[in-house]
Amino acid sequence: MKRFLGFVKKEFIHIFRDFRTLIILFGIPVVQILLFGFVVSTEIKDAGIAFLDLSKDEISRKVIHKTVSSGFFSYSGELTSFREVDRIMKEGKAKAVVIFEPQFGEKFFREKSAAVSIIADGSEPNTATLITHYLTAIIQNYNQELTGSPAEEIVPVKAEVSMFYNPELKSHFMFVPGVITLILILICALMTSVTITREKEFGTMEVLLVSPLKPIQIILGKVTPYFLLSFINVILILLLSWLVFGLPVKGSVALLLAESMLYILMALSLGILISTVSKTMQQAIFISLVGLLLPTILLSGFIFPIENMHPVYHWVSSILPPRYFITIIKNIMIKGTGLGFVWKETLILAGMTLLFMLFSIRNFKTRLE
Amino acid sequence: MQNVVISVNNLVKRFGNFIANDHLTFEVYQGEIFGFLGANGAGKTTALRILSGLSSPTSGEVVVAGFNAAREPEQIKRNIGYMSQKFSLYEDLTIRENIMLYGGIYGLKKDQIRKRTSELLRKLRFEGYADRLIGDLPLGVRQKLAFSVALLHEPKIVFLDEPTGGVDPVTRRQFWELIYEASAGGVTLFVTTHYMDEAEYCDRVCIMNEGKIVALDTPARLKETYHAHSVEEVFVKIARPTATHNPLHQMAGSSLTSLPGDSHLKRV
Amino acid sequence: MRTTLYLIRKEFLQIFRNKFISKAIFAVPIVQMLLLVPAVTFEIKNVNLCVVDADLTSRSQSLVNRLEGSSFFRVNQQSFSLEEAQKLLHRDQCDMILHIPRGFGRDLVRDQGSSVMVSANAINASTAQLSWAYLNGVLRDYNAEVAVEMKAAGSSMTAMDVPPRITVTNRYWYNELLTYSWFMLPGILGILITAIGFVLAGLNLVREKEVGTIEQINVTPVKKVQFMASKMIPFLLIGLVDLALGLAIGRLVFHIPFEGSAGLLFLGSAIYLVAVLGLALFVSTFSSTQQQFMFVAFFLMILFILMSGVFTPVESMPLWAQKVNLANPLVYLMRINRMVMLKGSGFGDIIGNIGALLIIAALFMGFAVRKYRKTA
Repeated sequence: MKRFLGFVKKEFIHIFRDFRTLIILFGIPVVQILLFGFVVSTEIKDAGIAFLDLSKDEISRKVIHKTVSSGFFSYSGELTSFREVDRIMKEGKAKAVVIFEPQFGEKFFREKSAAVSIIADGSEPNTATLITHYLTAIIQNYNQELTGSPAEEIVPVKAEVSMFYNPELKSHFMFVPGVITLILILICALMTSVTITREKEFGTMEVLLVSPLKPIQIILGKVTPYFLLSFINVILILLLSWLVFGLPVKGSVALLLAESMLYILMALSLGILISTVSKTMQQAIFISLVGLLLPTILLSGFIFPIENMHPVYHWVSSILPPRYFITIIKNIMIKGTGLGFVWKETLILAGMTLLFMLFSIRNFKTRLE
Repeated sequence: MQNVVISVNNLVKRFGNFIANDHLTFEVYQGEIFGFLGANGAGKTTALRILSGLSSPTSGEVVVAGFNAAREPEQIKRNIGYMSQKFSLYEDLTIRENIMLYGGIYGLKKDQIRKRTSELLRKLRFEGYADRLIGDLPLGVRQKLAFSVALLHEPKIVFLDEPTGGVDPVTRRQFWELIYEASAGGVTLFVTTHYMDEAEYCDRVCIMNEGKIVALDTPARLKETYHAHSVEEVFVKIARPTATHNPLHQMAGSSLTSLPGDSHLKRV
Repeated sequence: MRTTLYLIRKEFLQIFRNKFISKAIFAVPIVQMLLLVPAVTFEIKNVNLCVVDADLTSRSQSLVNRLEGSSFFRVNQQSFSLEEAQKLLHRDQCDMILHIPRGFGRDLVRDQGSSVMVSANAINASTAQLSWAYLNGVLRDYNAEVAVEMKAAGSSMTAMDVPPRITVTNRYWYNELLTYSWFMLPGILGILITAIGFVLAGLNLVREKEVGTIEQINVTPVKKVQFMASKMIPFLLIGLVDLALGLAIGRLVFHIPFEGSAGLLFLGSAIYLVAVLGLALFVSTFSSTQQQFMFVAFFLMILFILMSGVFTPVESMPLWAQKVNLANPLVYLMRINRMVMLKGSGFGDIIGNIGALLIIAALFMGFAVRKYRKTA
């Protein structure tokens, strides 16, 4: 045990001596959390809209004015002919073009019906849908404004809506759990796989193996510092999301920390597993960075909800550990639920950890013989 | 009248407060085997890196193959060969591919490379191994190959940084035979080593201690001056003043190795 | 030039001698494209709606039927108590609750107005908003129907004149059905090319430093530019081959219409790769171990990817972030890829993006060559 502690201490010294690594180890999560909270959002803001006004009357001008002053869009100019629509969208200067038919205002009053056409750039489907929704709503509101008090209109059923868990509809309620999940798995898997492969590649593993330390002690010794550092990272991220985004942990902090430990352990054993199948650091880094990055971002429900995906992907994503951890954090942090709600996910994560460890031990042994 | 190919005048190299090379002054003549001796950390490698254009001097005048090391390091690189113990050839390339690479880097023509490759392989008796990966060869073989590759572009000067480190005695002897052969062909060889017996094979030996040159002469005259039977003894004597609080003494002692049958080794 | 060719030959030999890397550089993008492109969608389907119908009249049931009829909602839970429904919301077994209070049908006829309550799980704010918008739309239709009915029944409202209406129609160009894979493929392809090139080129140089082979190169008369070019060109070529593979998959598997010129796509990606590889080499000149490089690579890649507009619109970022994005080469690549592939934009349309990429490429490559020292 004393020998083991000495070894762990040596590993710590290795990490702390390399100041740059340390900065990155703690800097990355902080910067990314801030980035997500402040920068990345799926809302529409300042999307470029162009207008083709074939009528140029009071009403059409008014609609244009309403649209531009709504805050969602930025004015990217007025077109003079239909041919220019393709041009301005191909140049990427406008995401949508609003077209008013000739005699728009006249028709509105005389025929009680006037047509507006929205052409949106479908090459960005999500943006296109949102823009169309927003534009339609703005125009219809104006329509109501024109036709007089909406109170007189019959609205047989009124609906009251309440947004649970996130009444202000902030997008970082979605992103903070995602970032924690993403960063922990990538950092842990990367770090452990690389530090173990490094010893193998430079032949220092043999030196360790002939020492009186048992192989399991060597692996544990390598992994313990990262376990502690990652745990500090979790605390740091939680503090940040509380202080900066006002996102406190609603449920039990102790439970959340315990679950984080489990998740870190899972990520570390995944790292060990990667290291047992990699011959070189290059290979380990390639697997963890190129192989894990995109699937983790895309299939864990981090940005894209899994429910919307084809049923096949429900299966694919169910073998990805991040998916379960995201559910766990969302539950404990945002909904404030307890273990009763996440015991299934917890068990699955624990099972995965065990599985990774078993595979690693098997691979590690065959390597040695 | 001997041709001076390396001339060093008051070379100083400083890393912060640490002085690695303290006013070195010496000359190396064409075709000679110049030995650079010293314990680890004596400043040998630093000096060698400056001479080969890998590092620039803090002050002093260094001229190698007619070019100034501070101002024209790339010119120097064109005219020298270099081999270090740390480096072997690319392990994931075959012998032939490594030769092809370095031949190409030094601008040899394709058929020139082909011709020299077969010459080199014949000389080392490696004809059957041309397509073996370097990583699969034993260290000694790699070192011999690395040296031959360093000579590929027929440089005037070759720098060898502890070329025989970690190699068994028999291979070391074979290695020195290669060095003699090159020297006989007019190539100047600048060798650093901490094997004292190897110093005996040099034309002149320069002993360094704590960044300074403490002795420079032929092995015979050194032994005479210091009333010693071997360069090894000379080295111990020179190091003695600081020996009690300097690990140098032990280090020199521990690395004293002799080659079996070195009395048979003669200049070709 | 000949020297560079020899150096490039050496890199290729080393890459293809490595059993893992030589396969992974082509297999990983192919597998990930096939797997990930069809996965990702923002299109919301199957929102689990739990209906608490405390009214149980024909009026309330006709509203529920309308909701069941839409492909957007899946009314898979019916409950009679609001508490129970909220528990389901809590357990993620439903995403939205529609509560129809007792007396709904009665009030509708008698008082010409009643109300329903909607609760949504809003952790994912945009999904919640969209679901609410859809539900609201269904309600609007329902209301229109009820209004007509009431008018027909001669209730208090006068039906004399219809208010004037602006009818809004809309079309989506370039991707009429808003097929999501068309949008994602250029993005995922761009990310894969970035990741492979960045990681491999950077690690390659750091590894030579770590193992010490770079010293032997430094002591030869190889020029800095030649050496850097030899570290870049192999990965540039691999990236372009991956691009070709990805485009083939897009055409054959996902049937993406190829509107623009392939030459333009390759031109954009080539300049982009020079920029990214230049940055990778620059980072590797000041990393002394592969670990250090890997961390910086990880950091930069996540930054590039998430800020690039691959997944979320660039326009909705704050102004300062958009300024930072000026230096993010992936932003320009994304635009070029999507514009050329889907819209058929020509050289004139993307010239600004090409220009920006050229500047970034020149800068990063310049930094890398400058920072790389042949002396130690």
